[in-house]
Amino acid sequence: MTARALETRAVSKRFGALTAVQDVNFRLEAGARHALIGPNGAGKTTFINLLTGVLAPSQGQVLLNGDDITAVSEADRVKRGIARTFQINRLFRGLSVLENVYIAVAERMGAAPIMIKPAGSRSDVIEESMRLLELLNLQDDAQHRISELPYGRQRLVEIAIALGLNPKVLLLDEPAAGVPSSESHMILDVIDQLDPDIAVLIIEHDMDVVFRFAKKITVLVAGAVLTEGTPQQIASDERVRAVYLGQDTQHGIAS
Amino acid sequence: MNTMQAPALIKHPAALALANRHRLRLWEPLPWLLAIAYFFAFPNHLGFGTELLVTILFALSLDLALGYAGIVTLGHAAFFGAGAYTIGMLAKHGIWSEPITALIMAAAVAGLIGLASGLVLLRTTGLTLLMLTLCTMALLEEAANLWHEYTGGFDGLDGLEIPPLFGTFEFSPLYPTTQYLYVLAVLFLCFLFVRTLVYSPFGQSLTGIRENMLRMHAVGAPVNRRLVTCYAISAAIAGIAGGLWAQANAYVNLSTLSLDRSATVVIILVLGGYGRLYGAFVGAVAYMVLAHYLAKIYPTAWQLGLGLMLVIIALFARNGILGIGAALLKRLHIGRSA
Repeated sequence: MTARALETRAVSKRFGALTAVQDVNFRLEAGARHALIGPNGAGKTTFINLLTGVLAPSQGQVLLNGDDITAVSEADRVKRGIARTFQINRLFRGLSVLENVYIAVAERMGAAPIMIKPAGSRSDVIEESMRLLELLNLQDDAQHRISELPYGRQRLVEIAIALGLNPKVLLLDEPAAGVPSSESHMILDVIDQLDPDIAVLIIEHDMDVVFRFAKKITVLVAGAVLTEGTPQQIASDERVRAVYLGQDTQHGIAS
Repeated sequence: MNTMQAPALIKHPAALALANRHRLRLWEPLPWLLAIAYFFAFPNHLGFGTELLVTILFALSLDLALGYAGIVTLGHAAFFGAGAYTIGMLAKHGIWSEPITALIMAAAVAGLIGLASGLVLLRTTGLTLLMLTLCTMALLEEAANLWHEYTGGFDGLDGLEIPPLFGTFEFSPLYPTTQYLYVLAVLFLCFLFVRTLVYSPFGQSLTGIRENMLRMHAVGAPVNRRLVTCYAISAAIAGIAGGLWAQANAYVNLSTLSLDRSATVVIILVLGGYGRLYGAFVGAVAYMVLAHYLAKIYPTAWQLGLGLMLVIIALFARNGILGIGAALLKRLHIGRSA
């Protein structure tokens, strides 16, 4: 049996009368390259919010390596190794790229509560942050403010912050959303080169990205799992075609 | 990928800039030299000078909460007043009046009120938070008004007997030389503390909360605890400012707890530039000097001039006077390198 990194058991989320996520049983194996797809409003981001603890499920459980973490706070789940990026950038816009990553790394290394020493005295945090920026080819932008960066590079900082948390599980919510195709290759290259030990779940609309990246695909429709399988299985699944046809013909699912 | 070695990473210009950003800059002794020069140049205006230094300290405390952590408040006078009334009530009722220890008590009382109210208030944000800070202040003001027996009610407490500093330096209401130097020394110490704090990893995480609170949750930061800690520290410093005000003037009244004082300090900080450490200095000087001269020229309508200036700042220079300066420097720099 493969090790399970992150798992949900019959998890549901209701907002009043609306059921956004319904009875989802999901398994993200350790080291997985897994994609979560589905039409707009299928509940993908809500599901990510349940995994990270931003939202509490109405029913069901979330487990990490077999431990029930349903009641664990968002911050504590981060400490247990779950990191995410956001569909719409959530960066520290007024700060430099290096400071953005520094904040995450300092938090993970336990340096953030230090009050009486300058941030610059933690050369270990700075070094680690610079190493990450170099890994993502952002070192030349390290001193620039986020608001001065092109959007594609801002998306890379999203990933850099998440990697600064040294995750075991990385949830990427449409990492290339809004990035012009001329720049999206930088992001895809980074995702390709992620440490194979990290379990990665990617939400993505662009089927080219999904098929290039994923070894396993889960299709979410109206909050419930429609089907799950290898890219080949998903590509030839009639139900998936039906869901996507007319909705997203631009990226022919079987292409 | 060409991987740089660790020493090379540390020597990257961005890494060096971050590692050295807390270093003292060449011009930083300037405000203190000016403050000492003022002491010798205007021996007859030390009362005004003392008031100015107290205002700077109060604005500095607000900068920590509003400028760095992004806590919007219209009730910071709550802590100024708490500090002032601590000094006043302890001295008036003959409990304790030694200036330095009493000032520490003022800081403790204001800090505790900041901690207690912060635990409740800082679960909210935006307008709700703004209203709740206002309510905290109004509650304290009304308590001071009603609790006549101890606080002097509407009349406040006057004729406070503050013993000489270190047993030798008298506080004189007519020639406030002791007050001026004492307040300057306390301001300096508090400034050193705040400066250390904002350049620390803790200070960096506060700016993270200001810039994007949701992301701070997502990097695993205990956001609420950080905010409450910052708020309590800010409150304690505001309490010191209030305590100094009470000691220097030898009285306390309801004005220390008023909306007027809360709003003025926000205006000062916006005017000078918030989140910039020295915005409190520039803003307080600009506001108080301007208010002083405008009141002389137009005794009836002097606030009109201040209002106009604030409108201009809010419309055209969101980062205050220091922001204008920084933008000019940047333009000059680009012009030179072009």
